[in-house]
Amino acid sequence: MSLRGKTAIVGAAESDLGEVGSGFTPLDLIGQATTRALADAGLEKKDVDGLFSASVYYQMPTLSVGEYLGIRPRYSDATMMGGSSFVSHLLHATAGIEAGLCEVALITYASTQLPDGGFRGVSDPPNPYETPYGPRYPVSMYALAASRHMYEYGTTREQLAEVAVAAREWAKLNPKAFKREDLTVEDVLASRMISSPLSLLDCCLVTDGGGALIVTSAERAKELRKPPVYLLGAGEAHWHRNISRMPDLTVTAAVDSGRRAYEMAGVGPKDVDVAMLYDAFTINPILFLEDLSFCEKGEGGTFVEGGRIAPGGELPVNTSGGGLSYNHPGMYGLLLLIEAVRQLRGECGERQIEGADVALAHGNGGVLSSQVTAILGSANAL
Amino acid sequence: MEGSSEAAAPVEAPANVYQERLREGKLVYQDCADCSSAVFYPRVLCPVCGSGALEWCESAGRGTVYATTAVHGRNREPRNVVLVDLDEGFRMMSRIEGTPAGEVEIGTRVRFEARLAKDEPVAVFVREEG
Repeated sequence: MSLRGKTAIVGAAESDLGEVGSGFTPLDLIGQATTRALADAGLEKKDVDGLFSASVYYQMPTLSVGEYLGIRPRYSDATMMGGSSFVSHLLHATAGIEAGLCEVALITYASTQLPDGGFRGVSDPPNPYETPYGPRYPVSMYALAASRHMYEYGTTREQLAEVAVAAREWAKLNPKAFKREDLTVEDVLASRMISSPLSLLDCCLVTDGGGALIVTSAERAKELRKPPVYLLGAGEAHWHRNISRMPDLTVTAAVDSGRRAYEMAGVGPKDVDVAMLYDAFTINPILFLEDLSFCEKGEGGTFVEGGRIAPGGELPVNTSGGGLSYNHPGMYGLLLLIEAVRQLRGECGERQIEGADVALAHGNGGVLSSQVTAILGSANAL
Repeated sequence: MEGSSEAAAPVEAPANVYQERLREGKLVYQDCADCSSAVFYPRVLCPVCGSGALEWCESAGRGTVYATTAVHGRNREPRNVVLVDLDEGFRMMSRIEGTPAGEVEIGTRVRFEARLAKDEPVAVFVREEG
């Protein structure tokens, strides 16, 4: 039994983004986003019977969210594998809806990390095989992967910088983007080194923000306000948690998650009109372009040259401006799904990809650890 | 054989064995008696085949830098963090001492040395001579 086309995203919204000010909690932002997503769908809070969330704040996130919102779900899933978790929740919600365990699923997340003291990540116990060496989590782990990719394939810092510049060009077309001023390759190269070869502008933003998605059966979706955005396929994979256990630093588990998603959806990379590739660091989209078969292994750096993933390029990537220039509230997976939904509904204004019917949304979590790929489609793609 | 598929309970916690040997100046890893995989970090079963028959081995301490980064910070010299591939077939995180952080190169041959930091043993590497 395939899950292809069985569910649709019917509501999508961000909370307030950027810097929300002191006193607001992640639950306040989740409340904002949920209210907006339900209004977007034309549904009410009492319709929600499935609840999906992940958090670095709350150890039992669906309990905290359910209590705050006043939702008593009959199906609850707090799968936590970093920033990709919310793409995973979409797959799990689809399985739950198809199995009859719930009918209307809310997937939600938020962070208020700026007033809470800056970047806020997971707090695992110290790892005796990594902690003594003082890598800066998580940037040093991505830097190690970038160093290896440069060594094996001749990828350059200029090519990494092209990813940041393309994201900024998209962000200039998005009124909600946090960073919209001009950015050049030279600016990225000249920015403060954080963990070589990654400098400050190779790293995602540190912002507040969050979002919510409403997912229901394809059947029910047809009666709702907005054009349904169908889940055509999804796949998840993880091979490691710690960077020292990643088998090959140039190959992510996206080769598995992507293959699973493409197989379920019955499409390939050539059918993808727009791609959201989790850009916590500039090396990420390069790895994912390769692992999701948009180009051969080792050619990701060349692929992103010359504005190929920027506005007007051959493959639109991260049209919101991504985690690098739009918003990155600690975990970004929910926001990349929201942008994919808007592209397929034709709601993206200046940055709209004309005739977009198939969107790929790829989430990454941990230190290139968890990889979850979803392929979404408009009614034309069913 | 009764219980042959069950991992034998280790007599001592794997992490403790590693730390104790390191304190003696030895870098140890585990070798799987069933599939011959070199296992690191130490654990109670082989992550390749699932066998509990892991034997402690001392590494010769020779390896090659697999990946490298220099971690920068305000008001201090950058520090180096590497992944080293040991000749016995396992990989570990470490640092290269005696070389400026930003000048450590992938492919460099390196040799293990034990250090004490705040009375805790740490495995580090230095460049092989010549």
